[in-house]
Amino acid sequence: MDFKLRRPLEASSNASSSMMSEISRNLKPGLPFIPCDSTNICYGARQEQSFSEFPPPQVTQCHGLYAREQKTETKNQLEPSSAVNDLVMDWNPRLMLSNLSFLEQKIHQVQDIVRSIISQEGRANELAAQQQLVTADLTYIIIQLISTAGTLLPNIKNALLSATPPVAQTGVVANLPVNASQKHHEVLSVELAKASEYDELIKDLNSGGEGDELIKCLNNSVAEVSESIPIEDHDIKDYDDGMDGENLPPGSYEVLQLEKEEILAPHTHFCLICGKGFKRDANLRMHMRGHGDEYKTAAALAKPSKEASSEPAIIRRYSCPFVGCKRNKEHKKFQPLKTILCVKNHYKRSHCDKSYTCSRCKTKKFSVIADLKTHEKHCGRDKWICSCGTTFSRKDKLFGHVALFQGHTPAIPMDDAKVSGMSDHVQVGETTNGMVANMGYNFSGNASDDAQSLDIKDVDDGQGYFSPMNFDACNFGGLDEFPRSAYDVSESPFSFLSTGTCSFIPRNGEN
Amino acid sequence: MAESGDLFRRIRGRDGFTTVALDLFSTTANPSPCSYSGSAKRLRIGDAIPAAVVAEEDRHDLVDSLSEEILFLILDRLESDPLDKKSFSLVCRSFYAAESRHRRALTPLLSDLLPAALARYPLASRLDLSLCPRITDAALASVRGALRSSLRSIDLSRSTGFSQAGIGNLAVNCAALVEINLSNATDLSDAAAAAIGRSRNLERLWLARCKMVTDMGIGCIAVGCQKLRLLCLKWCLGISDLGVGLVAVKCKRLRTLDLSFMPITKKCLPAVLQLPHLEDLALVGCLSIDDEGLISLKQECKSLQVLDMSNCQHVSHAAFSSVLNKAPGLRQMTLAYNCLVTHSLASSLQKLSKLRCIRLDGSEVTTSGLGTIANSCKSLRELSLSKCSGVTDEGLSSIVMKHKGLVKLDVTCCRNITDFSLASITSSCNSLTSLRMESCTLVSKEGLRLIGQHCHLLEELDLTDNDLDDEGLRAISGCQKLCILKIGICLKIRDEGLIHVAKSCSKLQEIDLYRSIGITDTGVMAIARGFPLLQTINLAYCTGITDDSLRSLSKCSNLYTLEIRGCPQVSSLGLAAISVGCQKLTNLDIKKCYHVNDAGILFLACFSQNLRQINLSYCSVTDVGLLALASVSCLQNMTILHLGRLTPSGLAAALLACGGLTKVKLHSSFKPLVPKPLLKHIEARGCVFQWRDKPFQVELEPSEVWKQHSQEMHVE
Repeated sequence: MDFKLRRPLEASSNASSSMMSEISRNLKPGLPFIPCDSTNICYGARQEQSFSEFPPPQVTQCHGLYAREQKTETKNQLEPSSAVNDLVMDWNPRLMLSNLSFLEQKIHQVQDIVRSIISQEGRANELAAQQQLVTADLTYIIIQLISTAGTLLPNIKNALLSATPPVAQTGVVANLPVNASQKHHEVLSVELAKASEYDELIKDLNSGGEGDELIKCLNNSVAEVSESIPIEDHDIKDYDDGMDGENLPPGSYEVLQLEKEEILAPHTHFCLICGKGFKRDANLRMHMRGHGDEYKTAAALAKPSKEASSEPAIIRRYSCPFVGCKRNKEHKKFQPLKTILCVKNHYKRSHCDKSYTCSRCKTKKFSVIADLKTHEKHCGRDKWICSCGTTFSRKDKLFGHVALFQGHTPAIPMDDAKVSGMSDHVQVGETTNGMVANMGYNFSGNASDDAQSLDIKDVDDGQGYFSPMNFDACNFGGLDEFPRSAYDVSESPFSFLSTGTCSFIPRNGEN
Repeated sequence: MAESGDLFRRIRGRDGFTTVALDLFSTTANPSPCSYSGSAKRLRIGDAIPAAVVAEEDRHDLVDSLSEEILFLILDRLESDPLDKKSFSLVCRSFYAAESRHRRALTPLLSDLLPAALARYPLASRLDLSLCPRITDAALASVRGALRSSLRSIDLSRSTGFSQAGIGNLAVNCAALVEINLSNATDLSDAAAAAIGRSRNLERLWLARCKMVTDMGIGCIAVGCQKLRLLCLKWCLGISDLGVGLVAVKCKRLRTLDLSFMPITKKCLPAVLQLPHLEDLALVGCLSIDDEGLISLKQECKSLQVLDMSNCQHVSHAAFSSVLNKAPGLRQMTLAYNCLVTHSLASSLQKLSKLRCIRLDGSEVTTSGLGTIANSCKSLRELSLSKCSGVTDEGLSSIVMKHKGLVKLDVTCCRNITDFSLASITSSCNSLTSLRMESCTLVSKEGLRLIGQHCHLLEELDLTDNDLDDEGLRAISGCQKLCILKIGICLKIRDEGLIHVAKSCSKLQEIDLYRSIGITDTGVMAIARGFPLLQTINLAYCTGITDDSLRSLSKCSNLYTLEIRGCPQVSSLGLAAISVGCQKLTNLDIKKCYHVNDAGILFLACFSQNLRQINLSYCSVTDVGLLALASVSCLQNMTILHLGRLTPSGLAAALLACGGLTKVKLHSSFKPLVPKPLLKHIEARGCVFQWRDKPFQVELEPSEVWKQHSQEMHVE
């Protein structure tokens, strides 16, 4: 939790006008006592999305931006503290003092506003606006206060952790503001107004994240993380991806390992009264309503907030129970899995039989039913075939393939005989081509690791391995949560490199 | 050797050939090969023919002793008229054999002639089948068998009846094929396209209106035929961005690309513009291309010389400007039927230093736009503003004053220009060779006189529907290089004016006198005498002419198009004279020549064996005449409306007998009367029927009334 507490402080110093929304968004899960307004709840939910395996409730991207209209007046006061705030990860009393004095000023401001409300009673419009202003300011003050207090915590904790934690902390801290700003930017882009101004602010933020003070304590991996996150990309997934992966230093998280039976169990949530099992907690809660009125209260029906909210959150990562798997904690190059859902999908894909067969083509098999459903959406519909025998679900992919490879032609269904005669011969070459290409990507990204990754090729599901994005973007594409993103998203002429190779190489294996 | 003597006598009638043949005799006495190549001395007809006839045996030996090489050199000089070669081959066996081996291009007039032609010309490399409406797979197989190694070019654009397999086999087996025209093969499938893709050496391919070909088919062609230099995909509605994009990626040697009327969008344009050698690009009527796509283009196409973006209705002038900026080497630009041509568009021409030709037909132009064109371009050679609205004297003058080198100018239907424009055109552009100004109604007869007085280099002049009078014609007689003169609907001209022109413009090949009611036999006689090279004459609705005109025209042996529609004084006698005299006659329109009957048609059928197109509506022709026409084996196109004495059975017999018909216009009242199976049979031979339901209208409208009506229609 300590990281989170410090994040808003830093953000506030850099992006004065946008800080309100950020703070409320980032801090909310940990601060149940902040006066509730709809915006904050909204962002709380949003925040949770990245940590929870539950599908996020519908996010209303509406607001939390009212702060930017009223904060301009405080801009001047904020600026002096910005340089100091960069130092926030190392606690010092001076900083604390400056923060406190700033808070004092802030309180005076609120006082002024309240006075003015008293003096001009009766005008409903202004009153509402000013109330809102006061609420916002008070919220801000509270957050600031808590975060200032929070700066004390890491120092205590640092002493307890192993030798590496400073690196770990800075890594995460450097990373978060950037992501926060991205999120904020995403919201902003909905309302086009003042877009450019906000872009500038975000740049400020980024440079702040990589500022001199920071860099001195960053190691290479951290720098890599913060640089590799595309700033223009507002996709919320990036945030999640950034949290995961090999760059999270060992020891900075708690590793859980579920048993095989637990993973394969159909239900994970059980009714304490009747014992009925559910896949989703929400379904269980709906079920519980039938057991009596006490389960119908808002509190009982509400999504259980993180019970650890008031304590520092421990980052949990998961290990695959299959010994020898790269996702197993005993593995030399252990790469933890992020959520329970990841564990389940990974275990089923990599270590279980593929029991679901496509009803259309009768050849493709899957172990995760969602994968089957995705495949069935495309299977059999408009098979686009190359003379080399490779099939594509989309014509543009076929044409991209034909454009790239010399001598390959689109195959006309009418002369099937000729095509099949040719295909055997060409397919061999094609397969090896694909392999070489993939290995090429692999080496370039991960030269020290080549033998290792060749090993896991058989074990792993191949998604992350074959994607060229894999190492370039710090394994963002290889996450198990988004195994199919590469199939549908990319539009560039070379996109089939990721999709094509992903899709057809396993198939060749089966043939 | 009586036979060859007989043949030789037949040749003798042909002046052009006899000269060459005698040339040959004169030089055999002193056989030095080089003398053939230069302008060899030529004996006059008068002294040589008797010598040849007398020494028939000697001549025979001489002819046989000529080497093939020499005969080839002679044949090289006989390209101008196809009949010359025919005559040459009839001289003797060795000439026949030499001609068979010399000829490279075959254009069979009938499908039935194809086997014989293939047998006779084993080395033909170009096969034009555009006159053969029906080409079966068997015919293609025989082509494949006969010309397997030599065939380089084949034109099937007007033919039907062959299947995918037929064309596929041809493409695969004739390895030397460089050029295929498959336009209008609307049922050509992807499989056939894939087969075409296997002829690796293909350089030029036309697939216009091959609507069944999809991206897959063109993809196969793109991958297979990487030597393509010319590709026409006009109206290929099945091909999208993907196919065109692949063509652009694979066929890097493309020079000419026609993407007109295709459903392509901006997505394929970057790849197309990156073709390193692209010179000629046509994007006519690509309605899916819009401003956004063009403005966002980043690629620059330095090699592009000719660009045609007519009829792109969703493209504004801003986008055109951005495209023009991408093609600095442009020489010719066509933006017809588009948008407003404004100052901003015109100013983007400034960077195009090589621009020589601008065509803005049917656009809306402004005076300032024309002024900017005048100032932006370096030196224009060709300008077409036909049917443009907004062309003013000021705008046009600013251009012609600046670009004195203008060679071709088209201001058809620019109805606002006056004598002022004409004065500036004639005073500055003295090198004009082509001036078209149909329906420039504000120009006075005095203005028109300026043309003849100043533009002496004119070769083509179109003054249709103007205020031209005999004085104007007298001035035009100063243009001695004139080849084409169109003075239809100039109601003021009389015989006197024509006599002036006929005296001086001896090179005239085409004259249009449509509705020149003042013309009589005297004028036509002057034409026939004055224009020995005349090929095309339109005398439609010249009600004053009689059989005498036709008799005098029969002296024009090159005549191949004759229109005497609505000349009621013409009878079968005149037609007979034409038939005998003008044996090259190809197109004949005798609609509403009420006195032409079977007698005239019988002559026609007997002598005009080259006739391809005829309009017989309203004539007094019966079954007999129509059936006689069947003996004209080349006949392709007939219009037979309102033939009062024609019976259904006579029509059926005639249709059956004319084997080469491709298009027949008939009155719809005949449709139920002719047996359906017969119609189907004829359609299967490659003929298209057009059923018309026009009312019967005997009386001719006087030309003054007609003009009045047409002007009223225009005002509306």
